[in-house]
Amino acid sequence: MVEKLDMRKLIVTAIMVLIGIAFLMPFFWMISASFKVEEEVLTFPIQWIPETWNAVENYKEVWTGSMPFLLLYWNSIKVTVLTTLVSCTISCLAAYGFAKINFKGRDFIFLIVLATFMIPPQTLLVTQFLLYRWLGLYDTHTGLILLNSFSVFGTFMLRQFYLGISNEIIESARMDGAGHFKIFTSIALPLVRPAIATYAILRFIWTWNDFQNPLIFLRSKELYTIQLGVQSFSDQHGSVYSLMMAASVSAILPLLIIFIIGQKNVIEGIQLGGVKG
Amino acid sequence: MLNSEVKVETKVVPTTKNKVSKSVKKGSPFSGWRENLAGYAFIGPMFIGTSILVLFPILSSFVLSFTDWNFVSGYKNAKFVGFENFSKLLTNALFLKGLFNNVLLILAVPITLLFSLALAVIINKYVYLKDLFKVIYFMPFISSVVAVAVVFQVLFHPTKGPINQLLLKLGVDNPPGWIADITFALPSVMLIMVWTGIGFNLIIYLAGLQNIPKELYEAAQIDGATAWSQFTKITIPLVSPTTFLLFVTGVISSFKVFDLIIVLTNGGPANSTITPVVYLYQQAFVELKTGYASAISLVMFIIILIITYIQFIGQKKWVNY
Repeated sequence: MVEKLDMRKLIVTAIMVLIGIAFLMPFFWMISASFKVEEEVLTFPIQWIPETWNAVENYKEVWTGSMPFLLLYWNSIKVTVLTTLVSCTISCLAAYGFAKINFKGRDFIFLIVLATFMIPPQTLLVTQFLLYRWLGLYDTHTGLILLNSFSVFGTFMLRQFYLGISNEIIESARMDGAGHFKIFTSIALPLVRPAIATYAILRFIWTWNDFQNPLIFLRSKELYTIQLGVQSFSDQHGSVYSLMMAASVSAILPLLIIFIIGQKNVIEGIQLGGVKG
Repeated sequence: MLNSEVKVETKVVPTTKNKVSKSVKKGSPFSGWRENLAGYAFIGPMFIGTSILVLFPILSSFVLSFTDWNFVSGYKNAKFVGFENFSKLLTNALFLKGLFNNVLLILAVPITLLFSLALAVIINKYVYLKDLFKVIYFMPFISSVVAVAVVFQVLFHPTKGPINQLLLKLGVDNPPGWIADITFALPSVMLIMVWTGIGFNLIIYLAGLQNIPKELYEAAQIDGATAWSQFTKITIPLVSPTTFLLFVTGVISSFKVFDLIIVLTNGGPANSTITPVVYLYQQAFVELKTGYASAISLVMFIIILIITYIQFIGQKKWVNY
């Protein structure tokens, strides 16, 4: 009986693997095309293993050509890492405040902050743009970093974790004369470290993939991030598909690696927050 | 800064202790101005940032939406025009078309939910290597939308693209032109939305399925219920809160679809994939009509508010536990 059931499960697994491969076909096609010479990209039936390898030339053109991905990567890494750091710090502090400090107007302020989550970010673009020009933050990386630094999602998610810390621990620390900052750094932070890791990975992914903010708030080519670079690269080389695919692979791959390493964190974080970035 | 705080704390301890005895009813033994100060210090950065980058922009777009103004011309040239922007907007063919397209895009939401639920049920119960499948279906969701759009531009190529070559091979004489075709451009966008959205919905459904008590299925099996009737009589009703949540987030995020359309079609061909958000972008940053674009922002904002309100009511009515 047990063996029979296992057999059925195996068959379903095999079918699901096939469906999964079909599902990921666009990725396989992208990677394979990025290794080919241009003439062979669109041959049919699809040649998954390139006949003539052109990988080095394609990637060299993408990484050091007229829209050098080396620079784009540097910009993206800088913006993404700093955004993640700043955003985690701000969200951690705020989440602790909303969860564990009993201050006046707390629930009301929390409600306002939470409500801003519903707003489509595009409806803010016009006035944010004017504000940024006025403040001198337009066309700077600092401005871009600040835009993604005040995360309602992060605050909400981390607050859920802080709520899980029992009040008695905190109150007894307070009885011993510890201030909130001391409790925050020595008791609360270590306890929610896994949640912070989850949020950090998610924020990293979302910031890395952000296209809209760089599109609106950056103008100088030397400040472009990777997503903006892929778009202007495909505008320049719109008909050279092998190069476009090499550019796409370059934009997607680092994130896929980070995702696969941290997949447990990412998936749990998404399930917990139940929200899209 | 830190040092002075510590000093203040030590000084005030006696007073707070007095207060504690008075306000025991309130629950926490610590309250009063010192607690308030600490609270504001902790949430301060978040609250100030949100105020400057979200609350202030909403209020000022409210003001700007009643003006005729191009930001390049300076604040002096802003002209108050009353409700003119709104009346222009609500009769504008392109904006209305965008709204209609957005309603069509919402159709992608139930399709995504259907696939996601089916896959979630299979992955939850009938396969090995659960984690592998989660990763597979989650990949498109994690990938950069820009790169995905660039890849699909080539895959959807009307004559040379692999998709149409395959269709020709399979005997379809007149394969659709996909993103180059007025009637198929929007369905192409929806197809990619479904593809990228399945991972997210699947993951949430899996969490929802885990919350269904196993005893229900065991009891149903004893009563001789088939797998299908277990699915329709137990699974579907019991994941309905998840379905509802996903439907609402899906609808709201359909109003935020921007990157995909900008890179894939830029609203074309012949405005067949324009949405309110894309229209807003064009008016604000290509045509530079600041006042008019603010009016679009405000209308969008109100639409989202209404949807959120419907969600709030609907949650009580349509979710059967």
